[in-house]
Amino acid sequence: MTDTLQPETSPVTRTLPRAAITADVIKDAGITFLIALLLFGSIVGLRTETVNGVLVLMPQFGKALALAAAVAVGRLLLDVFIWRRMKDGRTFTSLIPSALPILKGAGALAVVFGLALYSIPGFRASLVAGAGTVHGALGAVADLLTFACESTFLVMAAMAIVRAARLIIGQTPEEAVGQGMLRRFTADFGREFPIALLLIALVLPALTAGPSQRYAIDTATQILIYVMLGWGLNIVVGLAGLLDLGYVAFYAVGAYTYALISTQFGWSFWVCLPLAGFFAALWGITLGFPVLRLRGDYLAIVTMAFGEIIRIVLLNWQSLTGGPNGINRIPKLTFFGLPFDRTGEGTFASVFGLKFDPLHRMVFLYYVILALALLTNFITLRLRRLPIGRAWEALREDEIACRSVGINTVTTKLTAFAIGAMFGGFAGSFFAARQGFISPESFTFMESALVLAIVVLGGLGSQLGVVIAAVILIGSAERFRDLEDYRMLIFGLSMVLVMIWRPRGLMSGRTPSAFLKARKNISGSFVKEGRG
Amino acid sequence: MADGASDATRDDLLRVENLTMRFGGLVAVDKLSFTARRGDITAIIGPNGAGKTTFFNCITGFYKPTEGRVALAHGSQAAFEALPAATFGGKQWSKAEGAGAVFLLERMPGFEIARLARVARTFQNIRLFAGMTLLENLLVAQHTVLNAASGYTIGGLLGLASFKRAEAEAIDKAAYWLREIGLIDRADDPAGDLPYGAQRRLEIARAMCTDPVLLCLDEPAAGLNPRESAELNALLLKIREEHALSILLIEHDMGVVMQISDRIAVLDYGQKIAGGTPEEIRADPRVIAAYLGVPDDEVEDVEAEVGL
Ligand SMILES: Nc1ncnc2c1ncn2[C@@H]1O[C@H](COP(=O)(O)OP(=O)(O)O)[C@@H](O)[C@H]1O
Ligand SMILES: [Mg+2]
Repeated sequence: MTDTLQPETSPVTRTLPRAAITADVIKDAGITFLIALLLFGSIVGLRTETVNGVLVLMPQFGKALALAAAVAVGRLLLDVFIWRRMKDGRTFTSLIPSALPILKGAGALAVVFGLALYSIPGFRASLVAGAGTVHGALGAVADLLTFACESTFLVMAAMAIVRAARLIIGQTPEEAVGQGMLRRFTADFGREFPIALLLIALVLPALTAGPSQRYAIDTATQILIYVMLGWGLNIVVGLAGLLDLGYVAFYAVGAYTYALISTQFGWSFWVCLPLAGFFAALWGITLGFPVLRLRGDYLAIVTMAFGEIIRIVLLNWQSLTGGPNGINRIPKLTFFGLPFDRTGEGTFASVFGLKFDPLHRMVFLYYVILALALLTNFITLRLRRLPIGRAWEALREDEIACRSVGINTVTTKLTAFAIGAMFGGFAGSFFAARQGFISPESFTFMESALVLAIVVLGGLGSQLGVVIAAVILIGSAERFRDLEDYRMLIFGLSMVLVMIWRPRGLMSGRTPSAFLKARKNISGSFVKEGRG
Repeated sequence: MADGASDATRDDLLRVENLTMRFGGLVAVDKLSFTARRGDITAIIGPNGAGKTTFFNCITGFYKPTEGRVALAHGSQAAFEALPAATFGGKQWSKAEGAGAVFLLERMPGFEIARLARVARTFQNIRLFAGMTLLENLLVAQHTVLNAASGYTIGGLLGLASFKRAEAEAIDKAAYWLREIGLIDRADDPAGDLPYGAQRRLEIARAMCTDPVLLCLDEPAAGLNPRESAELNALLLKIREEHALSILLIEHDMGVVMQISDRIAVLDYGQKIAGGTPEEIRADPRVIAAYLGVPDDEVEDVEAEVGL
């Protein structure tokens, strides 16, 4: 990277300048100090507290000064020892036009920050306190920063573990011999990143131990529901290219199937789950038939209407669904027959000789949805490599060409609708079992839009993209619950920005389903989005 | 060149009778009757807008003809004896498989024409699966066979050995065709990344992967340079020889048409104005007039220009 800027200095002959503190560096650190002071001053320096029921402003400028000083010193050290050497005597500020160093710097800062968050107990607390003090944008920025740093740190740590494990079992990523730490680290990103994510997902309940554990696990469960919905919808929209705006209908069918069967007949979750999937698939086919001939916008409008019809039927069919009151007291999930109750015989806690803790149930729910989501992913990835999956993608690429090679486009579309709907139904029955209460309010058009946003933002057809987008959209929505009023605004704005910056989603491109010599990823610019 | 010696042994494969296709007031194909013989390369030529592509769309089920019958026989033309019974019995075919089957193409949906009647086609404006690799394009074309082998997905999900075998065979077949069209080195690249001429060849290979008895090519040489066009000629002749295949060919490139076709039919305003061997067509002044769009009295000038 640096060599391309200065081709005349070969790595061998290049002389590293002596580390020295020049006027430039001092100036740079000074500016950094001022910026940091400005930010920390407002976030950390001013703090409200309730004294006798009255809000008072508590200045803590000392803390803000210390933080700003820490940042400035860090900057100075980086300037002198890292960036100067990297850039042959040029200071960081003179290099701002080339974006790469900034990214590197930001990455380094993120790691330092993340480490600080984990190792200095007071640091996180002061940040959170700061966020509580300054309402609105600044607080959100601090919160976002915390969130981003935590996740970056976590992901990098997990990737390091994955890389270490691969090296131990004797697998060396081919590209890992390149130059540059960061480059070498991310050489096999495509393969190691999903494994790292899976690793994090598997041990998440342990990672979150602490006062906010319940909240964290609950949020993670919420995210996983949307990951599963996103994966289900991805089959219809991402693979088959059929724009479906009524996906929430299948989620609702699944939820009501479980709610009704379990309350009426007392059947267990594990019996109802396949039934919920089956009924949702049936509805998928029922929806599929009338829209077979529709494409693009028309398909979107009709599927959207279908979603609304389901909701309105649920709202008005009082005798069956309880109308707006919904269905109450839906049996909760049991641990293979053992309920997670506080008292009574044969509860989970008593059988395993544990003290009752509501956390047990939450952790169990988390692993159930993780298993369901992974199953969805596994089946989808398998289907993609089967003739049916290839036919879906071919349908997205060119429907007429499909017919010319003998593919029955009717059944192909219907299977896409049915299988996508089935996963929606699974997710729905899990949702009902988790909440214990459902009403039509949970199945509005907003939900369909959100799931579609996850699929589109992630990159049509990309399984990994769905995960990333769900974490970003659902995770940040949870995080910014206090900002209720601005949430949709920020959400919409960031969607617009992403669509400008990466019109094909975060993870554009596709992996071929078969290969002759080597599997090469296909750039998103060749892949069609389907016209319905 | 037309192979005169075997003329007598070639029987009818496709019989089109009274085919009419109207779009509102426009008659794109007008009471067209047409026969293609088994093993022939039959060219269909005519000026732009003559109705050639519409004719193809009628044969391959993309349009439902307003009137007329399109019958295709597998095996030998003796199969046409079952035609009246099938026609008046309201059936789509006399039997679905094997020699002696006759298909009423105008009654069948497009995908079944490709699957059962085994008529494959390419498109004037290339229609590849651009975001899929060359290999995937050819695997999609073998969907019928592979889907059955995967036990309609269930067996495939369970990872049946028989499906894995079928898939390996399908990949071998795809590789064979990629070698035939000289694109084996690009097997794992997206089809949309190919140059124009290669895309045309890939489309032909994709059609061949469906195991057709009749291959319909809509202007395969359009946009090719002379060298590519010569390669195309060789490819088509080779395919015809090695795969017991009949070809219908819409083409404007007279080099291609005159060199490789056994029979030529000339369309103008939806009607067949001439038919015969390349020599006969070459000498027909009506054809030149219609094709080049000049009044009859200028035909001689045109003939001189094209070297007749
Ligand atoms: N789907 C359609 N709707 C209306 N008119 C059509 C349609 N398809 C073709 N046509 C008309 O039919 C005529 C024949 O077109 P076409 O078969 O494409 O000609 P060719 O392939 O010989 O150049 C043209 O006048 C064309 O405009
Ligand atoms: Mg045409």
